[in-house]
Amino acid sequence: MTVSNEMRPLLGDEAVALGAIHAGLSGAYSYPGTPATEILEFVQRETRGGPSAREGGVHCTWSANEKVAYEEALGMSYAGRRALVSFKHVGLNVAADPFMNSAVTGIEGGLVVAVADDPGMHSSQNEQDSRVYAGFALIPCLEPADGQQAYEMTAEGLELSERFRVPVMVRLVTRLAHSRSGVRVGTRRAPNPLAPTPEPMGWVLLPSNARRQYDKLVGKQAALAAWSEGCRWNHLELAGARLGGVRLGVIVSGLAHNYYREALAETPAPPTLRIGAYPIPSELCARLVDAVDEVLVIEEGYPVIEQALRGLLGSPRGKLIHGRLDGRVPRTGELNPDVVRAALGLAALPTQRPPALELPTRLPCLCDGCPHIDTYDVIRDLLAPHAGARVFSDIGCYTLAAYPPYNACHSCVDMGASISMASGAAQAGMRPVIATLGDSTFIHSGITPLVDAAHQNLPMTVFILDNSTVGMTGGQETMVNGEGLASLVRGLGVPAEHVHLLRAHRREHEANLEIVRRELAYEGLSVIIPVRECIQTAKK
Amino acid sequence: METNIILCGVGGQGILSISLVIDMTALKQGLAFKQSEVHGMSQRGGSVQSHLRISDRPIWSDLVPRGRGTLILSVEPLESLRYVDLLGPEGAVVTGVEPHVNIPSYPDAERLLDAVASMPQHVLVPAERLARAAGSARAANMVLLGAALPYLGLKAELVEASIAEAFARKGEKVQRVNLDAFRSGRAAGEAYGLCREAGLGGRETRALCSRLAGGVLAPEAAPLWRELFAGPLGAATLELLAGREPGQVGGEPALPRALLDLGQPERLRERLFVARA
Repeated sequence: MTVSNEMRPLLGDEAVALGAIHAGLSGAYSYPGTPATEILEFVQRETRGGPSAREGGVHCTWSANEKVAYEEALGMSYAGRRALVSFKHVGLNVAADPFMNSAVTGIEGGLVVAVADDPGMHSSQNEQDSRVYAGFALIPCLEPADGQQAYEMTAEGLELSERFRVPVMVRLVTRLAHSRSGVRVGTRRAPNPLAPTPEPMGWVLLPSNARRQYDKLVGKQAALAAWSEGCRWNHLELAGARLGGVRLGVIVSGLAHNYYREALAETPAPPTLRIGAYPIPSELCARLVDAVDEVLVIEEGYPVIEQALRGLLGSPRGKLIHGRLDGRVPRTGELNPDVVRAALGLAALPTQRPPALELPTRLPCLCDGCPHIDTYDVIRDLLAPHAGARVFSDIGCYTLAAYPPYNACHSCVDMGASISMASGAAQAGMRPVIATLGDSTFIHSGITPLVDAAHQNLPMTVFILDNSTVGMTGGQETMVNGEGLASLVRGLGVPAEHVHLLRAHRREHEANLEIVRRELAYEGLSVIIPVRECIQTAKK
Repeated sequence: METNIILCGVGGQGILSISLVIDMTALKQGLAFKQSEVHGMSQRGGSVQSHLRISDRPIWSDLVPRGRGTLILSVEPLESLRYVDLLGPEGAVVTGVEPHVNIPSYPDAERLLDAVASMPQHVLVPAERLARAAGSARAANMVLLGAALPYLGLKAELVEASIAEAFARKGEKVQRVNLDAFRSGRAAGEAYGLCREAGLGGRETRALCSRLAGGVLAPEAAPLWRELFAGPLGAATLELLAGREPGQVGGEPALPRALLDLGQPERLRERLFVARA
């Protein structure tokens, strides 16, 4: 794609979105999750008021969860149109089933999967590295280092996807997703016409078809490897200086490249292989390894390249490999310019001394006026007579009840796990058992476990905290609220007399406490739905 | 030129709109910029920081390396001290003086301000007070931006154009409030510098600057205030300025001159405060 001289200040997330729009996007799909939320939000802003996808515009709404988002994107691709699906790294776990299988079916219209990893866990439960998933699915992955690359790689990813007929991953990390910089942007390509796949049998993964399709996918690997070796995002510079007296070669990928170049501001660069496209270019790696005595691998996330170089035996062609696995770079956590500087053996820069004062940490907390506060006040009073009682919770603002003064969140594992884990605990004999989750998390992954719990009439009390928004990620719209939620819950098999729609407000405290106390004593399933709009969206 | 800013505050205090104005100005001035934000969980009343780098050459790292920080720009004093180890030896701290207390263990605010005042380069600004005087406490971030102007390497008129642009959507009144806030922040930053140059102590400077109408102090006034604080009425003046009684103080030299001529403390109070704050 050609870029013009128009500069726009864009977050990495926004650059991905605009790259896709300019490459002829017809559908953007997502479920909110930090640090990926701004991708879909930007597509919404940029295409607001435009025509529908059917009429040449962009379809753009939040999906119920990442699996649904992925499958909708896949359907858009099946119809021959270009699609972008985006979510945070753990969202890919939810979408893993269609993700893995879409590599086998192959695609029709270009499909880019933009995944935002969160090394350092600023807003996440783990720091899994999505590049591992791309390798697992046998698809290419592009790893931008800045907004400009995010823009260009996403556009190129849609083309690559059609060229190799596989989904293409664009892997972001928090510091790129949420880093704003000037991006030179191009013009918008027309979308693909509606042209559904002429080979539907390739999409029917019955074993006989699936075997054929999987062979095709494996058969594409040699061409993908050759593409990666010659790709402009992978660059080998063999000329270079010794570093600390050692003939060191450096392999650096994605965002790590920024920290690497920053550290080398006053030091001549050693021989360097920069990787921005996967599969890992093995020829380029071999040429670097042959030219040096030791290799340092700097990558954000898991030691993916480093592990591939080491293999099982640790020392390719007798050369020493340094990186996260030998501790030259910390094994866990986010990279930063200082960590990379130290890994290169460069002395720290002089800094000012912090004050001798002790500075207390300031943890995030529920906002003043938050409806969850009123619900947790009820839960706290309710549990007062039950020492050791546990609350299975979920992912959202209400997880903050794990901190004082509530201390009323005793698990937070993955979307919807509050209900399923409470079920297991109830089966084990724990009493009382409470689950808390938000309305959006319930729609995302709480419905299926609630069907299970209702079918078994398990003795537990489920709170669906209905604030009518996805609060933690900045207030995206949700799908089912209030009476609609109660009616959904009844439809799943929870008896109407044990489904209570309450108003989450301190004026209702005593009345709510009374209802909930009764349900807690009931040896069966109850669902309590405290309703009040999120104070942040109410203020808007 | 290279400016490496660590913007800090508490979730919801509007540090992202400071970044937005700086980014827009950098683009207008043809400079490269990178601004790293943290969203999500930490936004809910916890400590937040954003790294913002501006340069006339390409910028590599999205984060400010330790020792390369040139400015900490903080909305409130506790947060201003958290990232001091990112500052290089010449780095400055510009902070609002009003503490944001949402934790029980919040330290004594005066001790925090003394710690900031013990650093080699610092500007303390009554950002909330000046913003309120400009029309809205929410414009405190623009007051801080004004106070930080000398450390940004950006042209004042381009910053003003960016502020006008950034708040255009919200109507003319909001636009004007934010521009006024920016200007009084600039004046307050200059007043603070004048006081320190004239040799006023940290607490005297803070007390005087917390009262200046519109943040403005005439250059000739600063040495006169120093003389006043060193003289027989110094302690009483400081007590009144740092006290709870409302009132503003004029920034022209006539005031300290008149107070120096006053001789006895009885009429100090009525002469000191020109208007109710």
